[in-house]
Amino acid sequence: MSDFIEQAQARIRAAQASGTPLRIRGGGSKDFFGGELIGEVLDTLAHSGVIAYDPSELVLTVRAGTLLSEVEATLAASGQCLPFEPPHFGAGATVGGCVASGLSGPRRPYAGAVRDYLLGVSLIDGRGEVLRFGGQVMKNVAGFDTFRLQAGAMGTLGLITEVSFKVLPRPEADETRVFESTAVDAIATMNRLAGQPLPLAGAIHLDGRLSLRLAGNPAAVTAAVAKLGGEPLADAAAFWNSIREQTHPYFAGDAPLWRLAVKPTAPPLAGDALIDWGGGLRWLRSAQTVAELRAIASLHGGHATAFRNGTRAQAFQPPAAAVMALHRRLKATFDPAGILNRGRLYPDF
Amino acid sequence: MNAPTPPPIDSAALFAALSAVLPKAALLTTVEQMRPYECDGLSMYRRLPLCVALPIDEAQVAAVLRICHARGVPVVARGHGTGLAGGALPEEGGVLLSLARLNRIVELDPLARTARVQPGVRNLAISEAAAPHGLYYAPDPSSQIACSIGGNVAENSGGVHCLKYGLTVHNVVAARVALADGEIVELGGEAPDAPGYDLMALLIGSEGLLGVVTEVTVKLLPRPQLARVVMACFDSVEKAGQGVAAIIAAGIIPAGLEMMDKLAIEAVEDFVKAGYPLDAEAILLAESDGTPEEVANEIERIEAVLTASGATSLRTSQDEAERLRLWAGRKAAFPAVGRITPDYYCMDGTIPRRHLGDVLRQIAGFSEEFGLRCANVFHAGDGNLHPLIFYDANKPGDLEKAEAFGNKILDLSVAVGGTITGEHGVGVEKIDAMCTQFSSPELALFHAVKAAFDPQGLLNPGKAVPTLHRCAEMGRMHVHAGKTSHPELPRF
Repeated sequence: MSDFIEQAQARIRAAQASGTPLRIRGGGSKDFFGGELIGEVLDTLAHSGVIAYDPSELVLTVRAGTLLSEVEATLAASGQCLPFEPPHFGAGATVGGCVASGLSGPRRPYAGAVRDYLLGVSLIDGRGEVLRFGGQVMKNVAGFDTFRLQAGAMGTLGLITEVSFKVLPRPEADETRVFESTAVDAIATMNRLAGQPLPLAGAIHLDGRLSLRLAGNPAAVTAAVAKLGGEPLADAAAFWNSIREQTHPYFAGDAPLWRLAVKPTAPPLAGDALIDWGGGLRWLRSAQTVAELRAIASLHGGHATAFRNGTRAQAFQPPAAAVMALHRRLKATFDPAGILNRGRLYPDF
Repeated sequence: MNAPTPPPIDSAALFAALSAVLPKAALLTTVEQMRPYECDGLSMYRRLPLCVALPIDEAQVAAVLRICHARGVPVVARGHGTGLAGGALPEEGGVLLSLARLNRIVELDPLARTARVQPGVRNLAISEAAAPHGLYYAPDPSSQIACSIGGNVAENSGGVHCLKYGLTVHNVVAARVALADGEIVELGGEAPDAPGYDLMALLIGSEGLLGVVTEVTVKLLPRPQLARVVMACFDSVEKAGQGVAAIIAAGIIPAGLEMMDKLAIEAVEDFVKAGYPLDAEAILLAESDGTPEEVANEIERIEAVLTASGATSLRTSQDEAERLRLWAGRKAAFPAVGRITPDYYCMDGTIPRRHLGDVLRQIAGFSEEFGLRCANVFHAGDGNLHPLIFYDANKPGDLEKAEAFGNKILDLSVAVGGTITGEHGVGVEKIDAMCTQFSSPELALFHAVKAAFDPQGLLNPGKAVPTLHRCAEMGRMHVHAGKTSHPELPRF
């Protein structure tokens, strides 16, 4: 067992004994995200490196402190990728933060989310115990899928030490077509096209324009472009990256940035000037209250997250009481002393 | 999981309470009535419950659970009973809760591409209902004409196409779940990526230990316009394995990628005459689906890659009839093997594919060691191996040898970095092998997760996760899969 693991175990055991909150941190690229930052920093950057990667297995196993950029470069060298296109939000983004934050990029509605590509996770729980769940194979139904629980758990269930991802070939062809469209029409079109056999890899509406990304087999992309028409987008890769990394001007400034996930067929909402994920994700620059936005999101089958510049303690919409009770019991199971990333997901644990 | 020490149950009072919340004739209590429920697809294990409850809606499911919870009575949920690991084996002194009558498709939203269905709806019925909209439900376990979506959720069922289209966990977005005390919770949702712990993902594959699904919302995908399959023959299984790796390395994710070894080919050809060559040591079936342009392009590349990998001959389906004929052999592999051996024991390990040659060599070694033949069929794309061990239950000692052989394969699967079960589940069948795959602290955590949902341990006790005591003291209690109780279903 590596020095890092032993030291982290010792640190967590000591913290458990003294009731000292620990704040797990990789590159700090997502320090802005989620609930309050509480506790002494437990830095994971030293625990880095690819452990196993055989492109023909479609599996990559990596230490959690490894830079996401390094992982993507390793995959790209073999023509592969993380299809969920995780946002980095900074050069220091690590694999651990990618999994813990559970965030996915523009291709998510068509390729799946972080949790869909998790095959296994090793972690140190709140008692300092090293636990390994899932594995390094595509199909594995032994035991509960506690590894998928780590995606989006914001580090509250354990210190993630290793991750095995399912990876896929990078699309050989990647084109974007643009159409003038109202938001109402764009939502209808996005949903209609998602029900047709097309190689969709992105669908976004912004500034009166619907941008459709088609990626995959070159023959399929060419046929889809011919079928759909529209105008080509110059520098499409930069555009999609600016959405993924929130470097697009829409995300600039200090106004609160809200992320509303809704049923993809939901109508345009007041202030959702950016409609992503084929209609399922709405970005709002809104000064409306937390309660107002959560009511709107709930009405459309979803939830509202205070993504940036909001009230941290209320970053995430809490689930129904009975589901919240299950959350508390699971938290107590993994971290009985409540020391790991306290308050980062929900304020009361 | 730990079976609780059951308090003495007053059956008459229990039956009266259940009868009061169920429709007429929806509570079965006689041996004759309950016989069809004594086992699932793993028919070697049989047990009668105290009674069988057949609710018709969620309110009745919740009421049954509340009654059982109040009295400390175990409950085993069951869909259509096609599982292969004994996950729906009844608990003596418990209630067998059948969800078969909750069989309505509640809502199908073609624009949002979702279907909201009750747990007793058959897997294939969802795709049939979606077909007029050009949509389908992707996971296609071999038992899909009979198995229920509720059972699929419990087992995280896969299918031949899961390398490309995913397992149940990738295709279910929401569920309504009755907890052990009868409380109904909603997990997941039609909006993507709910905050908090992904309890939807945790529930899928939890083998009925955490809750009883009362409604499932599945994702529907556009049906591919076209599919074609390439059959490639090889003079060694290693070369066939290299062919699989070469396809993936070329950046192709086939819709299906299946391998069979010589013994399996012989059994199948004798049975269905699919046109497989009897002189091949292994054959590979690689399917491409999508638009006509995409399929034409991909098939050409698959053929080139397999030729370069040393395929001795190739045959590509020219029409749908030929495609189905080529698949018919693979899909008939289990019954075909059933014709040439009195009994067989089907294993379900998954391995990293790079170890295929070594694992098959070792299995051949075990075969000699135990004096039992073994045919191999393989979901090659995702590494899920189904060795079929031949034995004769009427021959003294044969069953024990088959079990010992099977356990060596499971241990080997774990040793090379794989798992004891790729898709059939643990149930009662592989509960001792769980001790090989997981450490005590990991198993303890599974028990704690179970307790977080079901503190009294009433839901499907004794399944899926062994007690630490059992791992420590009993060692491996060998088990075997007898003939399936659904011989009409294809198994692949």
